[in-house]
Amino acid sequence: MEELNALFHGFSIALTPFNLMLMFVGIILGVIIGVLPGLGGANGIAILLPLTFTMSPTSAIIMLSCIYWGALFGGAITSILFNIPGEPWSVATTFDGYPMAQQGRAGEALTGAFTSSFVGALVAVLMFTFIAPLVASFALQFGPPEFFSVYLLTFCSFVGTGKGNPFKIVASMMLGFAMAAVGIDIVTGQLRLTFGITELLSGFHFLVAVIGLFGIGEILLSMEEGLSFSGHTAKINPKIVLETWKQLPRYWATSIRGCIIGCWMGIIPGGATPASFMSYGVARKMSRDGHKFGTGQLEGVVAPETAAHAAGTSALLPMITLGIPGSPTAAVLLGGLLIWGLQPGPLLFVEQKDFVWGLIASMYLGNIAGLIVVLTTVPLFAAILRVPFSIIAPVIVVICAIGAFTVKNNILDVWLMVVFGVVGYVFKKLDYPLAPLVLALVLGDAAESSFRQSMLISQGDLTVFFSNWLVGSMTGLALFALFWPLISAALARLRLAARRS
Amino acid sequence: MEKNNDTAQRAVRIVTMDLVVAVLILALGVLVVYESRRLGSSWADDGPQAGYFPFYIGALICICSAVVFVQSLLKVKTDRKVFVTAEQFKLVLVILVPATAYVFAVWLIGIYVSSALFIALFMGLAGKYSWIRSIVVGLGVSVSAFVMFEIWFKIPLPKGPVENLLGY
Repeated sequence: MEELNALFHGFSIALTPFNLMLMFVGIILGVIIGVLPGLGGANGIAILLPLTFTMSPTSAIIMLSCIYWGALFGGAITSILFNIPGEPWSVATTFDGYPMAQQGRAGEALTGAFTSSFVGALVAVLMFTFIAPLVASFALQFGPPEFFSVYLLTFCSFVGTGKGNPFKIVASMMLGFAMAAVGIDIVTGQLRLTFGITELLSGFHFLVAVIGLFGIGEILLSMEEGLSFSGHTAKINPKIVLETWKQLPRYWATSIRGCIIGCWMGIIPGGATPASFMSYGVARKMSRDGHKFGTGQLEGVVAPETAAHAAGTSALLPMITLGIPGSPTAAVLLGGLLIWGLQPGPLLFVEQKDFVWGLIASMYLGNIAGLIVVLTTVPLFAAILRVPFSIIAPVIVVICAIGAFTVKNNILDVWLMVVFGVVGYVFKKLDYPLAPLVLALVLGDAAESSFRQSMLISQGDLTVFFSNWLVGSMTGLALFALFWPLISAALARLRLAARRS
Repeated sequence: MEKNNDTAQRAVRIVTMDLVVAVLILALGVLVVYESRRLGSSWADDGPQAGYFPFYIGALICICSAVVFVQSLLKVKTDRKVFVTAEQFKLVLVILVPATAYVFAVWLIGIYVSSALFIALFMGLAGKYSWIRSIVVGLGVSVSAFVMFEIWFKIPLPKGPVENLLGY
């Protein structure tokens, strides 16, 4: 097969000592970036991009993409150990990862997360290798209605599969949308919900909200237990790793679903964040232990991590084949490509074989190297957790403040972070779920603009969302997911009535 | 740590907070609806107006918070679950108040000095560590942050008089 030949050629390029060194440096930098809240994947790569100008484009993209993998892995570490998602796509990992850490099973959670990430990314790269051209033609068929139906599906599955008061879930989600709407409306140029406050022109940035809600909020919550509270010890040694690996094959179905969701979301550009949420929601619905999700189920870590990494990796596919970045980080990488004078698209595969296949080969190697690096450096992070809370608390506040500030270089964001922290504290105690809020905040603008574009195309006709088999099936699934609790309750009643009669 | 149901301790109940928060969210919803109407929430010639989406968002917020309000109202006499006790609240304030003061200080004198002060003071006063240790940790974190952000990553953070003296 032609692709395999090209792949081996790519390996020969990637396996030079210089490039291998760049791989490890990239991964370590990436993990650090992924762990620090505020210094996100896109941010970090943007900062490090100028460093690569002196290298050949192939070496540069190898290092940058390894930073990308490192950030993907790193986000899981703080999610599990601190309940502070280092990246938006690791928010879903906190749902079960942190409870596992609280139960003393942090090593298990971390191993599960990293291995699932590795599997997800590996599947995505395999897919990348063989079906890149096919996907390119398919993705071109995606128009605004299709995009909107995907977003709708994500949100509806969250409402439909959530436990707890559905009104609180919807309220939380709608608040997220409302916050996403603040600022300049892209289509009409009008200012929305700013009430004359100029700093709100650019709206609420989801990173500030995430740092506040999850970081500060969690600190406030933890303080209730008093200062004797100390972090969770995470023992990660080969025994724990092997034990966890023995358990993981049980979740093969979740893993496969996660890979599919992730690859799909990465390509169509949904991104790693919605992929992780959707995978979590679907796994919760379809798993036998779904009702136990949120209390520390390993499966609840496997699902989002597999999907997030599959999506993050496959997000590079539309970037390389079409020049459409599938995620903000991919967008930065795209910028790098253009700076190096490389034009993404089908011609790239033909004219720059060394570059493309060197990159693809490094994706395999980078993931293996990444898994080894994170599994071995976790004791370092675990040691941090044994530091008492009265030291950790203010240090985390400082890190969060830095993170919040660096988003837009605006001190207002740091204030907002504190406000979000209080909101996060109150919401968590009152069972208003935060995930829908963050999801809506992140995707709100994109969802709204795809809706409006769809309406423009169809001249106000809502049936555009059922106009072809692709969009119709996704919209149908979305509505089904939304009303699932009602449907299943009705079905249960019918079954009960049938049994009685 | 037991979250007991007896009201012998001074405490705020969950239902009370539910009612208060529902009202606050309802108010936000009304605000969103009002703003949407101001922007125009129907169809213009070229598609939905700027306030179209936000109108329905605001409406849903209002409806949901109203429902939650009513749900809590029905439970107000019976549900005794505690939201936060006086003791717990005091502990939360122990970090919240200094953190707020910290952000204020960041605004005034820059982040590096504020961070050192915040960490050192918190460790010394709340954590009851020795002052030497507290200062060492505070300075250590502050200086490492300085090296990482100012020198290595070159990300500008708020600075104040002390940093200006040092030439940054």
